[in-house]
Amino acid sequence: MSVRHALLALLSAGPKYGLQLRHEFEARTGEVWPLNVGQVYTTLQRLERDGLVTSDGAEDGPQKGYSITTAGAHALSNWLLTPPEVAQPPRDELLIKVLVAVQVPGVEVHDVIQVHRRHLVELMQTYTTVKANAPEDDVPLALVVDSELFRIEAAVRWLDAAEDRFRRFPVVRNEPVSHEPAAKPVKANPARRVPTSRLGALS
Amino acid sequence: MSSILELRQVSKTYGEGATSVHALRSVDLVVAPGELVAIMGPSGSGKSSLLTIAGSLEEPTSGEVLVAGASLSEMSRKDKARLRRRSIGFVFQDFNLLSGLTALENVAMPLELDGMNGREARNHAMTALTDLGVAERAAHYPDDLSGGERQRVAIARAVVGERRLVLADEPTGALDSTNSEAVMRLLREICSRGAAGVVVTHEARLASWANRVVFLRDGRLVDQTGKPEGPESLLTSGPRARP
Repeated sequence: MSVRHALLALLSAGPKYGLQLRHEFEARTGEVWPLNVGQVYTTLQRLERDGLVTSDGAEDGPQKGYSITTAGAHALSNWLLTPPEVAQPPRDELLIKVLVAVQVPGVEVHDVIQVHRRHLVELMQTYTTVKANAPEDDVPLALVVDSELFRIEAAVRWLDAAEDRFRRFPVVRNEPVSHEPAAKPVKANPARRVPTSRLGALS
Repeated sequence: MSSILELRQVSKTYGEGATSVHALRSVDLVVAPGELVAIMGPSGSGKSSLLTIAGSLEEPTSGEVLVAGASLSEMSRKDKARLRRRSIGFVFQDFNLLSGLTALENVAMPLELDGMNGREARNHAMTALTDLGVAERAAHYPDDLSGGERQRVAIARAVVGERRLVLADEPTGALDSTNSEAVMRLLREICSRGAAGVVVTHEARLASWANRVVFLRDGRLVDQTGKPEGPESLLTSGPRARP
């Protein structure tokens, strides 16, 4: 969600001052979405430049009043109904680390997975504490926290699945580079070897 | 007393010889009053064995279990049964409520079995049901309750009286997301009032309600979370703060 559309949503309920918009934005998204003051005002300037809001002409800042335009209402409506881009997710650093760990001599992939799992669960504990300390009926805060929790949980579940796959189909590691003559080449099952060339496609 | 539950080098092996299964291997775990600990691990990692041994329902092959400072290995079967009635509360995935008894009677039952007179036991039970927000369902039978209400009644039964240790095995398994969260919130609150809790779960989102999460793999306790950071840590700039 962009700050731009959050501000349009707030203005869709009626005209508001800059300071008021900033306070309402914070109230609706909870403590977990920090936003600096300047970001609100520069976004409002851009919205006005694009014809999506109009202002009362006062000096830029907290006392300037804003209203949403018809074009702004259309833009908000379109944005609400447009599915987010999920077809091509961004490169996942965790995925790359686990794939690389498989290739590095002396590194146990299960240990790498556990380090990341613990870190993610600790992060989830911190988010859950935010929710636990808030009243149960603070819906906006719960929604923001849940969104983060479900996102992080997906990564934990992926790690669980990865560990399970490595358990059932142990990956045969590429032999470490050595200046000593190899005793005897190890014949690996190609199906269980992670080709480094595929990592190239991810980086 | 520094701990309510302590496992010292606890191992559990089922069967003998080549077919034996090592469910737990030298597990050390200390749970303090006020602490809720979550046990995470894949199927077969020993989570449920750990819980049944901690609750004196099963004996370890080796090692020692102490509840409120008393060693289970030095107790008679009768003493252990008394300990379970008085000090340990169990919460199961499928609630385990008796269908022929009302919610109030289910909650009062462990106290009555322990010799408390019926009126007093029902008073304690009503207090527990009130604390868990299901007092108005006291006269209903389990079949007339929703899944979330049944689990609240089951938790009331687990904490009624002077219980100091609450053991929960996948307590949210049969519940939807909102009810699952409500159950974890209640367990956290109960522990914050001085009880100790151990909850077994394979879901990180539910485990994150615990003060500490320990990870089991192949019967070994391999890792645990540190002291959770305060919410202020989320306000630092970084990938989590997305404008």
